[in-house]
Amino acid sequence: MIDVRLLAEPFSPGDFVGPFSNAHPGLGGVCTFVGEVRSGQGVEVLELSHYEPLTLPAMEELAQTAVARFDLMGILIVHRTGQMMPGEPIVLVSAAALHRREAIEAVDFAMDHLKGDSWFWKREKREDGWHWIEPRERDHSDLARWQ
Amino acid sequence: MSLNLVFLGRLADAAGEGERKVSTVPSIAALIAGLEPELSAALGSPKVKIAVNGKIVSDRAIFTLRDGDEVAFLPPVSGG
Repeated sequence: MIDVRLLAEPFSPGDFVGPFSNAHPGLGGVCTFVGEVRSGQGVEVLELSHYEPLTLPAMEELAQTAVARFDLMGILIVHRTGQMMPGEPIVLVSAAALHRREAIEAVDFAMDHLKGDSWFWKREKREDGWHWIEPRERDHSDLARWQ
Repeated sequence: MSLNLVFLGRLADAAGEGERKVSTVPSIAALIAGLEPELSAALGSPKVKIAVNGKIVSDRAIFTLRDGDEVAFLPPVSGG
């Protein structure tokens, strides 16, 4: 199954991963990645904005591409929008496959594309106010791995 | 009738708001030229992508705008 969601409220990854695994009887492996807001670097709040007509359709297309490319049984992508505090989950990707390598690589692939090639804009609130986060060179080199 | 403009990311700061209605003009160039100079310069950057009614515009020079269109200005994404 393909399950892609944008959530405006905090979520608990475990609430999604259990049902996702159970939906794929006979699977050989599930790989899950959870990204959280880093703490301890002066960031008080992280805000992710998106554009409804583009963001979710592009994530659904990414999910379909990952399923086809890595021969997955299913993929789960959950992404937060709005304001988050340090320690809160931002993103969850879980891939189910017959064999472990496909599941692991699919999660890596999906994360690189979510980070470098998805319709999200990020800003951080620090002591001195809000700062927009610019794209990093690393995001482009991470994406280039899959071309 | 009018166009609905949407400014994403730091462009919302440049515009002073996330959305704005303007009178309909036929081209994207005319639309951008009609805005305040600082915003106009920011939107004209080749790094800023443009979507009309939820579809990315591939060639902004030949695109024709119509009444009621939603035109979104999308700066480079900063990752999930």
